[in-house]
Amino acid sequence: MYTANFRYSRPKTLAEAEALFHAGVDAKYLAGGQTLIPTMKARLAAPSDLIDLSRLPGLSFMREESNALIIGAGTCHADVAASPVVKKAIPALADLAGGIGDTAVRHRGTLGGSVANNDPAADYPAALIALGATVKTTRRVILAEDFFTGMFATALEPSEIVTEVSFPTPSRAAYVKFRNPASRYAMVGVFVAKRTDGVRVAITGAGHSVFRVPEMEAALAKNFTPAAIAGIAISSDGLNGDLFGSAEYRAHLVTVMAKRAVAAALV
Amino acid sequence: MTALSIIVNGAKVDAEIEDRTLLVHFLREHLRLTGAHVGCDTSQCGACVVHVDGRPMKSCTMFAVQADGSDIVTIEGLAKGGLHPVQAAFQEHHGLQCGFCTPGMVMTAVDLLRRNPDPDETEIRHALEGNICRCTGYLNIIKAIRAVATPGAAPPPG
Repeated sequence: MYTANFRYSRPKTLAEAEALFHAGVDAKYLAGGQTLIPTMKARLAAPSDLIDLSRLPGLSFMREESNALIIGAGTCHADVAASPVVKKAIPALADLAGGIGDTAVRHRGTLGGSVANNDPAADYPAALIALGATVKTTRRVILAEDFFTGMFATALEPSEIVTEVSFPTPSRAAYVKFRNPASRYAMVGVFVAKRTDGVRVAITGAGHSVFRVPEMEAALAKNFTPAAIAGIAISSDGLNGDLFGSAEYRAHLVTVMAKRAVAAALV
Repeated sequence: MTALSIIVNGAKVDAEIEDRTLLVHFLREHLRLTGAHVGCDTSQCGACVVHVDGRPMKSCTMFAVQADGSDIVTIEGLAKGGLHPVQAAFQEHHGLQCGFCTPGMVMTAVDLLRRNPDPDETEIRHALEGNICRCTGYLNIIKAIRAVATPGAAPPPG
């Protein structure tokens, strides 16, 4: 299967990438391409220019810094999953990365590509929101809560490039998801994080974009056990319903998976 | 058109290709290496998995130009003076039925064993999640991979 024609370029610096973007008519950045290329093959996207960010130097790294884990935007999921640094600092994040897509996708897909795409069923957005991460770009630093603005929508300006994400280290955290067995995307994924300033529960897959559940966060701040949230049901209003599951089913899964996430965080 | 210079199964290849050429089409149609298969065209089946710079990747989900300068190994490059041990195990344990998914299964299994020389059944199943067998012949595929595992071996450092 062939995509529509486009002009390919592989810039050597971020500045060159942004300049190429501005020079294009309908340019798109290409990171791992594990969403963009299938979308182009299905002719649902036909950018005039593809600007390949995958070989930009200095974007693939993981390091610990004063109570935070910093991961470069070009780091692939397989490297995050296998990293001793990530496994030690935030094991839940290594687990999450190790469950994205499949083996081959994890060797090509990147953190930056995932967050910039903001698929409603992507895994990383839940981690960014629950951990209170900040996204560094070529222009500024954006709080995760201001970054994800809606379905496939972010606060990024058209040519702006994500360069790294900083994840504050929680005292406990876990991510669990109920996967669509074919696509392996989250029907519902829950990232729960216990931090010095409270608890956060972030849900992906269920709504148009990642969201928090304040009632669960308040209950877990008082009593961090699965039982504390067993009686908290969320409304199905506005949740995703499709051939794989109704909005009501997803609402039910949120409580089920949140309980499992808390149990996993306690192990 | 863009110039491409890569190494495929140890041999240097220089070509001038359309930017939109997928790696799998370059391998199959330009180099006539038809081992990597196009099964689904939706990035789900894994029949096209090849190794790019030592990592398993879906050659239908990257453009050939992206592989410029890379070292690529396809199923054709595995056997060296006899079948690769994983290929031999697939034969011995009947890890295939129609054989369509086999190149991708073998390439993914070779990568798994390189990273984890002694995977248990759960780890093998997890590693093969992106490889679909339309004959549903998974049991013997898992058996074949277990047969080449090195009991007690630790993953290589790093």
